[in-house]
Amino acid sequence: MPAKHRSAPRPSRRPADRTRPTVAGMERRRFLGYLIAAPTLAVGVKLTADSVLEANALPSPAPEVSEVYDLSDLLLDSTRATANLITVVVNEDGTVSFSIPRAESGQGITTTAAVLIAEEMGIDVSDVNVTLADARPELLFNQQTQGSASVISIYTPVRVAAALARGQLVEAAATILGDEAENLRTTGGRVLSTAGSSVPFAELATAAANSVTREAITELKPVDDFTVIGTDTRRDDVRAAVTGSKKYTMDLDVPDALPTMIARPPTIKGTVESVNNLDQVRTMPGVTDVVEISTDAEPGRGTTSSAVAVRARTFGQCIDAVNALDITWGGGNVDDESDETILEQLRAADAPANLPSPTPLDEVGGVVPLATDALGAVGPVEALEQEFVFYWRSNAAMEPNVAIADVRDGEAEVWTPSQIPIVTQSQLAQVLGMTPAQVTVHVPRGGGAFGRRLFSDAALDAARVSQEIGKPVRLMWHRADECRAGRVHPMCISRVKATYSPGLGEVVSFEQRQTSVATDYTESFGDMITSQAAKLPFANELTLSQTVFLLTASVPYDLGAIVFGYNEIFDFDRFATGSVRNLNNQDFRPAQELMVDQLAERLGKDPMDFRINRVEDERAKAVLEAVRDEGDWGRDLPEGVAQGVVVHNEYKGSVAVLAEVDTRPATAEREIRGATTGPRVRKVTVAVDVGLAINPLGLKAQMEGGVMTGISHVFTGSLHLRDGNFLEGSWDDYRYTRHWNAPPEIDVIVMPPSGDRPGGAGELAVGAATAAVACAYARAVGEMPTSFPIGHTKDVPFEVKKFVPPLPPSPTDGLTAYPTPSAAGPAFNPAS
Amino acid sequence: MPPRTFKVNGRPVTVDIEDDVRLLWVLRDVLGITGPKYGCGINVCKACTSHINGRAFNPCSVPVSAIQPTDEVTTIEGLPDTVGADLHPMQEAWIDRDVPQCGYCQPGQIMAAVDLVKKVEADGGSITDDDIDEIRNMCACGTYSRIREAIKQGAENM
Ligand code: FES
Ligand code: FES
Repeated sequence: MPAKHRSAPRPSRRPADRTRPTVAGMERRRFLGYLIAAPTLAVGVKLTADSVLEANALPSPAPEVSEVYDLSDLLLDSTRATANLITVVVNEDGTVSFSIPRAESGQGITTTAAVLIAEEMGIDVSDVNVTLADARPELLFNQQTQGSASVISIYTPVRVAAALARGQLVEAAATILGDEAENLRTTGGRVLSTAGSSVPFAELATAAANSVTREAITELKPVDDFTVIGTDTRRDDVRAAVTGSKKYTMDLDVPDALPTMIARPPTIKGTVESVNNLDQVRTMPGVTDVVEISTDAEPGRGTTSSAVAVRARTFGQCIDAVNALDITWGGGNVDDESDETILEQLRAADAPANLPSPTPLDEVGGVVPLATDALGAVGPVEALEQEFVFYWRSNAAMEPNVAIADVRDGEAEVWTPSQIPIVTQSQLAQVLGMTPAQVTVHVPRGGGAFGRRLFSDAALDAARVSQEIGKPVRLMWHRADECRAGRVHPMCISRVKATYSPGLGEVVSFEQRQTSVATDYTESFGDMITSQAAKLPFANELTLSQTVFLLTASVPYDLGAIVFGYNEIFDFDRFATGSVRNLNNQDFRPAQELMVDQLAERLGKDPMDFRINRVEDERAKAVLEAVRDEGDWGRDLPEGVAQGVVVHNEYKGSVAVLAEVDTRPATAEREIRGATTGPRVRKVTVAVDVGLAINPLGLKAQMEGGVMTGISHVFTGSLHLRDGNFLEGSWDDYRYTRHWNAPPEIDVIVMPPSGDRPGGAGELAVGAATAAVACAYARAVGEMPTSFPIGHTKDVPFEVKKFVPPLPPSPTDGLTAYPTPSAAGPAFNPAS
Repeated sequence: MPPRTFKVNGRPVTVDIEDDVRLLWVLRDVLGITGPKYGCGINVCKACTSHINGRAFNPCSVPVSAIQPTDEVTTIEGLPDTVGADLHPMQEAWIDRDVPQCGYCQPGQIMAAVDLVKKVEADGGSITDDDIDEIRNMCACGTYSRIREAIKQGAENM
């Protein structure tokens, strides 16, 4: 490591003794970062696998740094040193900029980052401008937005960068203000002296700039001093969102990138055999290009599928041209499959063997070892056994799959709201026959993601079309594509077997084995190496899925010997599947909690007490008690109305949901034109503990959204598979929660901080809400539902839209049809 | 296909496009007015909700030929001007309640809410939960409870 890059920390900011103890004998943690050569103040920290390097891990100053923090390559020159840093810049106008290597699709991560920076630097949140970074392969696996891990992973690095920046501003201000740096404080974007004089960041941005890039060490503001973190902060883009000025991918002004849509096969992963009227369609009004493209998720992965793309002046003309195409289609990947055949195969699959379990009692393959000595004391046991079926679910967002691509002259420039831009970039390079360096991926803000944008489907489509025709394209999936070709949460069954001792009043064992249509986790989980391994023949995709299952599945209660099993049918890419918000827990937890209620009933216990007495985790207990008290558990309710409660631990957080469901005929059968009414969740109380809530207002929003999704999962939200494709062709067919289903009352309690670090929130509530609503429904009707959503019936309650031509034509009666829908099916009560 | 002239957000526009192209695409792809969003194209999701002569409608389902020269189309971008302010009270309420998550559905939600409140008030009533229950606008992020609060708040200031 060249010595010139290892300049000593400036004395005025650094403790003389690097192991100086601080308050209460606690050693203050110190972190490494960089001051970056730039015209105004710029600082950076390296994002490593385990976030940011702690200086305290080092036994002595600089010389040993490289032993734990390999800078040998990075410090060859200052440009390279900054290559894999995330940076905070103080601009000449005193605002602060940060480009976050994450996606923002509504979960609020940019706002969270702004809060962290504002807290550490002493600047207003509104003066922090957070943008989304392009694909940056040098960040390796540190640029993905999934598993609700964003907040957890940026918490320390972003604060370290902000703290370094603050330190530099304070030093620069010390000279101007004629005061010791130690005496200065920062607030509202100014540095203040003890005497009361102050200087704004704007006047310090250049003075504090660095001419060489070098390491620096800083400490962080103590948790006890936080004034911004933990208070409600509105979204950074709320004004843009409500004025229509927020730019999503399809709103970007990219010259000549004309609207492009796709004619897709009538069955899943079908292929084009021939296009019979190409010339005719090419002359349709507005149409500029018609071209056949591969729609393989990746080249050489085994499944081939293709489609025909149309580029035109407007999307309306794309839709008309797509529908005018006369295409001879080859077969698809699953043409003989329907819900019934899948269910048969799921049931016929071997019961999954035991996975490593949270309790040590499962060493025997497949069976819980009931005949152990321990059972001598238990006396006679009784068993409960139940299979639960969960049908296909869509994770479609309101903004469809979208991408703009300009692939010309050996370069590709792509705009797409990817949750994992590095993988998008490398896949684009692969399908385009380029190196990743030739591919630029910009990440606009997304209109929802929910796991769907972990895949690069639209980006690959757009790039292929653009490369083929040599023109820029603005490609959007039609809503029908979203339903029929979009990635789904796979159908699965969950088999639960529990034994209990009536004599002891205790649960003796709890087994839960899930068998699912394979989930494609290849893009999304683990690092890219794991992904590659998952694609090998005879592969480990099963292992990958099982790993994901084990990383997320849990039983929060003491239920005796606990055993999990998970297996899959089919290859991982037979169906287009993927990670859907809250993964397995949207099935696993409701099945489990319904059985927990059954056990409570058999043992004569109140569902709330039963749970509170069996949670081991203190935080889980506290959130349960909070919803019990705030949600008025056990209050008098009319017949047909009931409460259900569950607790769930995940993403370093704990959430309890108490839901109240009204199944009385007057409610369930109420008529709203064109609406699927049915039972109504009247009231929901959520208590959530994520350790340290950075922005309670945003955290509550995530809980509320999770509740809405849970309601959909229980009652109406599903896809019907028939003869190789899904019948749903739009919203309304796919019955996600609507205003008429939403609970009129929802109360989210954010627990006081239980730790000094934040946990994830984006997915936390989904499985829990699904389970709580299911439990409440079961108690309200006095019968446990075993198939979800409850409204998933063989006879679909809507008119199935055509598969050929593939897109439903746009109506023409929009002037008279509002607010009555012109295309909705009849009202439908899922419980009837 | 003669050029068509009408008013959008208070300004006259002229477009030269086939008669049957739906207004949503004329707004977005021809005029570059991107506030109204595409969510379904068949008048079920209501993401594109805008106003024509002060009433809500869904431009994804209206051919441009159905728009008369005297018609005034208002998109979310033009909503504040209808009250001569920087923001419409409904937008203020939306900001105050921090309603949006991804925000994609929100222009449509706001345009639908303004119309609903006007309609209810024209009928001599004030907005109720039952009225709000009938709004068709989809939100896949699940912001419904904040929308409900914001509509009530916005209605008070309209
Ligand atoms: S896009 Fe117009 S109603 Fe859905
Ligand atoms: S805020 Fe994302 S769809 Fe409504």
